[in-house]
Amino acid sequence: MHSFKNIFNQYSWNEVRQSIESKTVKDVETALVASRRTLEDFKALISPAAQPYIEQMAQLSHTLTQKRFGKTIQLFAPMYLSNECNNICTYCGFSYDHKIKRKTLSAAEILQEINVIKQHGFDHILLVTGEANQSVHIDYFMKAIHLIKPHFSNISFEVQPLEQDEYEQLQKAGVYSILVYQETYHQEKYNDYHPKGRKSNFYYRLETPDRIGRAGMHKIGLGVLLGLEDWRTDTFFCALHVDYLQKKYWQTKYSVSFPRIRPAEGVDASKYHITDKELVQLICAYRLFNQELEISISTREPKTFRDHLIKLGTTTMSAGSKTNPGGYSVDVESLEQFEIDDDRTPEQVAAVIAASGYEPVWKDWDKIF
Amino acid sequence: MKPLIIADKVFQSRLFLGTGKFGSSDEMELAVLESETEMVTVALKRVDLETDTDALLSHLKHPHLNLLPNTSGARNAKEAVLAAQLAREALETNWLKLEIHPDPKYLMPDPIETLKATEELAKLGFIVLPYIHADPVLCKRLEDAGTSAVMPLGSPIGSNKGLKTFDFLQIIIEQANVPVIIDAGIGAPSDAALAMEMGADAVLVNTAIAVAGHPVQIAKAFKLAVEAGRMAYESKPAKQIDHAIASSPLTEFLHA
Repeated sequence: MHSFKNIFNQYSWNEVRQSIESKTVKDVETALVASRRTLEDFKALISPAAQPYIEQMAQLSHTLTQKRFGKTIQLFAPMYLSNECNNICTYCGFSYDHKIKRKTLSAAEILQEINVIKQHGFDHILLVTGEANQSVHIDYFMKAIHLIKPHFSNISFEVQPLEQDEYEQLQKAGVYSILVYQETYHQEKYNDYHPKGRKSNFYYRLETPDRIGRAGMHKIGLGVLLGLEDWRTDTFFCALHVDYLQKKYWQTKYSVSFPRIRPAEGVDASKYHITDKELVQLICAYRLFNQELEISISTREPKTFRDHLIKLGTTTMSAGSKTNPGGYSVDVESLEQFEIDDDRTPEQVAAVIAASGYEPVWKDWDKIF
Repeated sequence: MKPLIIADKVFQSRLFLGTGKFGSSDEMELAVLESETEMVTVALKRVDLETDTDALLSHLKHPHLNLLPNTSGARNAKEAVLAAQLAREALETNWLKLEIHPDPKYLMPDPIETLKATEELAKLGFIVLPYIHADPVLCKRLEDAGTSAVMPLGSPIGSNKGLKTFDFLQIIIEQANVPVIIDAGIGAPSDAALAMEMGADAVLVNTAIAVAGHPVQIAKAFKLAVEAGRMAYESKPAKQIDHAIASSPLTEFLHA
C-alpha cells in the first residue's frame, strides 16, 4: 500500500541537509514575500540564512496565526495512564532498562485523577502511555476512554503505534486525536536511540500516521524530539510528512509539537542543541509554511519563554502538567517521563494568556461530534 | 431603510457577527454591542452547555440579541443534524447556521452534505441558514429543500480577501427568493458596503472584527458601512458608465 515510506525513500538525509545549509539570503527573501510557500521556501526559512530575518518572520507568523486561530490559546492537560514500557529509548525516563517501580492506573485511579484535572477547568485532555503490550493494550485503552469520555469534550491520545482497526475502535469510542512523534527521521540514528522493543521498527512508526489517517481520526499530531539529530533536517522531514498527509487524508487536521530534549534524560543533547532563537525561527517557519497547523508548546519549556511564544504562532498549551501516572493525586511521587520546567498552575497560565490579550480557551469541541 | 425579514423575524440591523477569535469575552461583548447587531453566531463546540455560567453565553445575554448556533465541527449531514438538535434543546432556538466543512484546511463547505442536512432539518422545523459556496444552482436547490436563507462565501473563511466570488454572488442575489447573507471573507468595511450595494440582504463578519487592533471601533465602522451600502442600494444609484453616450447613428434615420 502506498504510504509516506514511498515519499520518504525518495529523499536523502544528507542532500536535504546540504540543500538547507546552502539556502541564501535571496532564497529567504523570496520565501518571505511568497503568497503560497513551498517546501523549498520552508527550507529557506529554517536555514541559517534566515536568522537575520527572525523579526519579520515573527511578525508574519503572529498575523497569520491570529487570522486563522484568532486571539486564542487552547489549553489542555496531559494525563499519564502508565509508565510501563518494553522499549529502550536511550533518552526517555520510562525506558525499559531503568529499573524503577512501574505504574498503570486502575479504573478508580483514573477517576481520581480526572477529578483533579476537571477541578482546574480543563475540558481537553491528552492521554499518554508507555508501550507495554501485555498490560497496556487496546482493551485497557477502551476501558480508560470509556471512563474518561463523559468528563471531557476532547480526548487526544499519545500512544504507541497501533493497527488501523485499533485506531478505528478508538475513534468510535470518542478519541479525537492521535499523537505519534517520529522522534527522528534519521534512520540510522533512530535505530541507535531505539535498540530494543517494538519501537525499534523505524518504518512501522513512519507509516503510523497513514494508518491513523485511514482510520478517519479527526486530528493527527506529529513531531520530532529536538536534540537527537540536526533539527533543521529533522523538521524538514516532519514538514514533508505533514504536507503529504494533508493532501492524502484531507479531512484530518494536523498538529505539530517540538519538544526539546532535556539534558537530564541521559543523552548528550549538546551536539544537536537548538537555541531559543532557533526554536522561534522553527515555529515561525512552520506557521509561514502552513497556516492551519496547530502548534503546541508543553511545560518542558521555561515559563518566560512560553509566555513569549503565545504571540509567535502557538495555538495550544498544556498547563499544570504532571508527566507521571497518578501525578495529580494518586501517586504524586511515581516516575515521571521528563521533568517539567513551567510549574505554574493552570489558573496562573490562563491569567498570563489573558494578560497577553488572548482568550484562554477551555472548550472547543463537543462530545457529539 | 427597510428592515430585514428572515422566516418570521424582523431585523433592523443587517450586520451579523461571529463571536469566535476575540481576545476576551469582554471585548467580544463590547464589539457586539457597538455593532448594533441583532444576530450573533455561536459555535456549539465552544459553549459549555452543562453549566449555566458559560463564559461566552453569559456575555451575550442582551434582550435585543438573537443567538444563531452553528454546527462547526460537523463533517457530514448526520453529525450536523445531531448538533442542530442539541443546540435547539440547549439554547432554545430553532434557528441554525448550518456549517458542514469536512476540509479543515480551507473550511470549504460540502455542498452535498449541506443540501441533505437542509432537507432534513427543514422537515424537523428548523430555520436553516446554510453556509455554502457561491453556487447559484445550489442556492436554488436549497430553496427547494426549504432553506430560510442562503449564506454564500465572499472568499475563503478568515481570509479577509473580500468578494472574490462577486460575479456568482450577483447571480445568486438576482435569482433568490430567500434572503442572501454574505458570509466569510469580508475583510474590511468597504467589502461589506460593496456587498450591501450589490443587493445582499445582510453580511456576517467575524475575523475582520475579532482580530483587528481595535475590535470595538471597527465593529462600529462595519455597522456604518453596512448601513451606507444598504441605503445606497435602496436609493437606486445612478449607473456607472465609463464612456460618453454618443448620438444615435444607428437610429437617426427614424427622426428624419
